[in-house]
Amino acid sequence: MKKNNTLKKISLYVFLVIGVILSVFPFYWMFVGATNPSGEIFSVPPNFLPGDYGWENFKNLNENIGIIRVMGNSLFITLTFTALSTIVCTAAGYAFAKFSFKGRNPIFFLLLVAIMIPYHVTLIPLFEIFAKVDWLNTFQAVILPQIAYPFAIFLMRQNMQAIPDSLLEAARVDGAGEFHIFFRMVLPVMRPALAAVAIFLFMFQWNNFIWPLVVLQSQDMYTLPVALSSLVGMSRIDYGQVMMGTTLSTLPIMIFFLLLQRQFISGILGGSVKE
Amino acid sequence: MSQLKAETQINGKRQRKRWITPKNVPYLFILPALTFFMIFTVYPVISSLLLSFQKREGGEYVFAGLSNYARLFQDELFFKALGNTFLILLIQVPIQLFLAVVIAVALNSQMVKLKGFFRVSFFMPAITALVASSIIFMIMLDENYGLVNYLLSFFGIEPIAWLSDPFWAKVALMVAITWRWTGYNMVIFLAGLQNIPGSLYEAAEMDGAGKLRQFFYITVPQLKPIFLFTFVLSTIGTLQLFDEPYILTEGGPNNSTLTITLYLYQHGFKYFDFGYASAIAYILVLIIGVLSWGQMKLAGEND
Repeated sequence: MKKNNTLKKISLYVFLVIGVILSVFPFYWMFVGATNPSGEIFSVPPNFLPGDYGWENFKNLNENIGIIRVMGNSLFITLTFTALSTIVCTAAGYAFAKFSFKGRNPIFFLLLVAIMIPYHVTLIPLFEIFAKVDWLNTFQAVILPQIAYPFAIFLMRQNMQAIPDSLLEAARVDGAGEFHIFFRMVLPVMRPALAAVAIFLFMFQWNNFIWPLVVLQSQDMYTLPVALSSLVGMSRIDYGQVMMGTTLSTLPIMIFFLLLQRQFISGILGGSVKE
Repeated sequence: MSQLKAETQINGKRQRKRWITPKNVPYLFILPALTFFMIFTVYPVISSLLLSFQKREGGEYVFAGLSNYARLFQDELFFKALGNTFLILLIQVPIQLFLAVVIAVALNSQMVKLKGFFRVSFFMPAITALVASSIIFMIMLDENYGLVNYLLSFFGIEPIAWLSDPFWAKVALMVAITWRWTGYNMVIFLAGLQNIPGSLYEAAEMDGAGKLRQFFYITVPQLKPIFLFTFVLSTIGTLQLFDEPYILTEGGPNNSTLTITLYLYQHGFKYFDFGYASAIAYILVLIIGVLSWGQMKLAGEND
């Protein structure tokens, strides 16, 4: 019986360790590629160790597609979007959760329907809107369309329902204004939910691809995913540069993820998992 | 004015006259979201529906009835895209969910330590941009020099044309998607497993039920809502598959990895045929609508 258990334990660990290697190895391979010259990654037998060519790859990548500028674009777009969207969706979630007003249910139903509708349906009319106001190839064209993110509103509403009405009433009787209540009382207790929703929105925009691909037309405006895809589309691909580019898009997120594992996982899963 | 004063006195507190009251404040709170939602979601969704009934003639869009849809039903390439997407849905999604459950059950075992480490490692692929993960797989799956073929050569396997053979290109696509999403689903299953009361297993143990029986008679039924949830998520995700085939294969070779959204993108932003692309988009909406409705009905019957 005991021996049987040890065997079980060992096979369980072997299975899990193989799974971990398969999950994590591509990241390691990416670092290897990013720190070696282009040809190295395809040498036979392959070089499995990180090299010292990372800085060269970075410089070449910057000359080639202006990676510093591209990272700046991605960072600016993502941070602006995350800040705006989080506050807009939180305010709406609060209204849906804590007030009853005319039109609440039909509007909320509309939001639920919108969660199910693929966002590809809106691409063409959005393109037309931004062409009409001459905003193609601008940052606002990337930032604006998804600010009212239906799923984020839904999540905030679910979380806000936990706030007791009596607390809000008491504050009103004490003469607190509605905005004071929202900013000074509601937002502080909602901090974990706010963090989760902000991470969700951040990840969405940092990795957003099809819409920026459609609306951004010049290299100096590209975001990381669009710039990376343009790199792969070139006639002569420099794999050292490509791997450096994917590393630069992944590494900052990975560091944040390792620091804030719990918040990250519940954020990316959109609150579907309660910690 | 005097009435207001009277009210303030009754309250016994000093109050400014408020423009913002509990009655009108919810409208202020939803106004920004509602404005954005109307302009950037509701309007485009309606506009796209109207566009799907239009055709460009001499630079102007004119009403064309159902002609775009009629054309779709004769379009072999559209059916190919539809077929590819559903093939991936039917093969990749079950494999991915099965793997996710197995890993979650293994990780949930009392014998396993370092649970946090395993959980984080398995979840890691879910933080990468789809574009980035697709690029890494493109490089690893290179036919001549890729790492995967090199490793396979040790087992005497001839180089596989992962990205240039119609069959293997589909496999490559499914492998890349499975890598990206298994851990994501595993964490959802793991949370579900942790919510199953331990007393159920204890009772089964006393009745002499083996581990396998426990798995099929306790674990699986208890996880049913989570299966449904992950299945709906994966279905919607797969139907919208774009980034991976765009990077890995650009829909090729010979359109063997063409997906619905890739085809939509080509018509919309390569040929600028907005009417036709909108019709494709609405078929996608219809499919997602029907499938979601079916899945919800299924869930309703179980309750």
